[in-house]
Amino acid sequence: MTTDEAGAVVAAGVKAVDWGWRHASRKDFALRHVDFEIRPGERVLLLGASGAGKSTLMAGLAGVLGGDDEGEQEGSLRIDGIDSRAARGRSGLVMQDPDAQTILERAGDDTAFGCENLGLGRDVIWKRVRESLDVVGLGYMRTDHSTRRLSGGQRQRLALAGVLAMHPGLLLLDEPTANLDPEGVQEVHDAVRQVLEQGHETLVVVEHHIDVWLDLVDRVIVLGRPNDDSYEGGVIADGTPEEVFSVMGDVLAEGGAWVPGREIASHAPTRSGHGRDVVLYADDLSFGRSFPLGEHINVRFHAGEVAALTGRNGVGKSTLALTLAGLLKPIAGHVRVADSMMPARRENDPFTWKSRDLLGRIGMVFQEPEHQFVASNVRDEVAIGPKSMGKSDEETYAIADGMLERMNLKRFAPANPFTLSGGEKRRLSVASMLAAAPKVIIMDEPTFGQDFTTWTEMVELIASARDAGSAVIMVTHDETLIKTLDARRIVVSEEE
Amino acid sequence: MTETIGVVPHKERHDEPRATSPSWFIAKLNPVSRFIGAMLLCVPMFLSLDVVSASTALLIDFALLWIGGVNPLMVLRRTWMVWIAAVGSFVSVTLYGTASGAILFRFGLMAVSEGSLYAGAATFLRVAAIAVPGVIFALGLDPTDLADGLVQILHLPSKFVYGGLAGMRMVTLLQDDWRALGLSRRSRGLGDGSAIRRVFMQAFSLLVVSIRRGTKLATAMEARGFGGDAPRSQARTSRLHGVDWLFYLICMAIPAVALLLAYRTGYWHWSFRN
Repeated sequence: MTTDEAGAVVAAGVKAVDWGWRHASRKDFALRHVDFEIRPGERVLLLGASGAGKSTLMAGLAGVLGGDDEGEQEGSLRIDGIDSRAARGRSGLVMQDPDAQTILERAGDDTAFGCENLGLGRDVIWKRVRESLDVVGLGYMRTDHSTRRLSGGQRQRLALAGVLAMHPGLLLLDEPTANLDPEGVQEVHDAVRQVLEQGHETLVVVEHHIDVWLDLVDRVIVLGRPNDDSYEGGVIADGTPEEVFSVMGDVLAEGGAWVPGREIASHAPTRSGHGRDVVLYADDLSFGRSFPLGEHINVRFHAGEVAALTGRNGVGKSTLALTLAGLLKPIAGHVRVADSMMPARRENDPFTWKSRDLLGRIGMVFQEPEHQFVASNVRDEVAIGPKSMGKSDEETYAIADGMLERMNLKRFAPANPFTLSGGEKRRLSVASMLAAAPKVIIMDEPTFGQDFTTWTEMVELIASARDAGSAVIMVTHDETLIKTLDARRIVVSEEE
Repeated sequence: MTETIGVVPHKERHDEPRATSPSWFIAKLNPVSRFIGAMLLCVPMFLSLDVVSASTALLIDFALLWIGGVNPLMVLRRTWMVWIAAVGSFVSVTLYGTASGAILFRFGLMAVSEGSLYAGAATFLRVAAIAVPGVIFALGLDPTDLADGLVQILHLPSKFVYGGLAGMRMVTLLQDDWRALGLSRRSRGLGDGSAIRRVFMQAFSLLVVSIRRGTKLATAMEARGFGGDAPRSQARTSRLHGVDWLFYLICMAIPAVALLLAYRTGYWHWSFRN
């Protein structure tokens, strides 16, 4: 079983022999001919470009890939000699999206959920719940604490606690910190370290930001395409971090990993933003949804300048961004634009404008790209802006195709936006906003959960929009992004 | 020097346990009992259509709820929707019900007679008597506790119940999604024009987003061993106590007294006969 006589968790071993998986709707195997062995207690960082099959392998290890109707399996994937699909409870998976992993209303019940599914006795369950909450640093929380108002970091730690309470010998973390602010990343990292110090579980973690986990892992496995002429993924490197990074550094960086110690090219503006025209400004603005989050705010944004709104989670940065974008009504005061940007016969208050007036003036990229998609294919998605601005079909599609080319999305033109990968969706959401050529570009966390490749593309896009004379306002926690663009930093913080 | 934008400090977020009912008595009950009680209370009331039984039941309801910690004013405030429905049925029965007795008022198809006025009043009281206690019972009901009761007491399949429970949690997320979808459409120049068409398109997007959310949630649940063939245990106990049985007795007594009174006073009128 999962615990020895003293009650400690026994680490699990993993063995993949010629393992492969093909999703029922795909022609090619996502992964094929995968061979590796992970000894009990090893801590593995799993790397690979987006689409290399990392999440497929994690789902396979967690036994949630599904049955024969969902895909075809080859070879074997065993945990302690048991087929992973039958080894329920032997592995515990924490995934990327903090919202998707809270199952029940009260923290204690949520933690107990997995134990109930394993059919454990009541006393054992509550003992484990308390131990697990303790180890992830949520021991201070009452077990009836509501899960509604948790931060992302707390949510991910709660998910970790729920998994730990099942006493899995194998801990699977699939980009658990990708959607978190730096504070949340640290919380989750520390919780996992605490877990490993106490339980010595086997660990497999997927993460683009290698340095987050580097101090906890002793082995790196890289997935990729062993043959250039085939789309099938497999293991392309396996060894200690030093070995793998010295040999594979370039390949990994190209595949999107943040390889430690790499230089990032600067995209600082060539001349300073001083003396440039003000295009958008807040005039004694109070913003908020039902009650004011911030009051009497005066701030100016200039053409050709990138301004970064930073600050702790939950202080209202996104709400401020939506207000500046003319999407939320100011509680008091005004958001105003330069006279040259004013639509005809409108007041200088973007919130009162028609939706169409915003096109070409103020564009907003939302945190969740999926909230933005409206068309059934990528090309039409990008065409919506120019079309609504009254351009001819010919002109519209010329703009759309040019934008797709620039964003490296051309081959997806006929695809449905929802079928794209995370990074591609992000690029598409930016492309469709830029197609309307707004003078003010507002972005909410443009680099959340991005791998290095998409991140670099995003930086280049922002820099080129800036150099073309747009004002860029971005809400971000990403210090590297701010430094690389040498952005003007505006800290949103609580008043004393 | 870094620029700052000052925001109002977070108020200390007090996360006090929510009261599961405005009534101290109902709060003690198993959530399942609230349903059973409501059924016991309202089903017999369908038997007779008269003013006496309904008004008696309603009076007893109000009195007992007051003893139970919910004063009449609060009952009225929390059940305003019921009263609107009751007035609606009063108006339609009065105007369009079968005429009998002296005609008091006539306008086209509408005829207000003594009989239809009486039937309207009886219907008004009955709708209130049936729905008011049910609404008050349901206030503050904790979904998790209800799910536990459904599985452990009524023996409904746990996969079904807990799957539904987890799905309900998504409703809050979908409300946020709906708002974001609307804002993003405005930002993309699609916010003008026919509101009906816009809502329809946006609802379709919400459907897509909700399916994706549901899939993720299902995977998270499966990863924690949900949906397996092994028997599931229960971290929480859901049991019926003496107070639940007392509650059932009260819920049976109210319609019994009310209907008996109607019968004895001669007001009894079979609902399912003209």
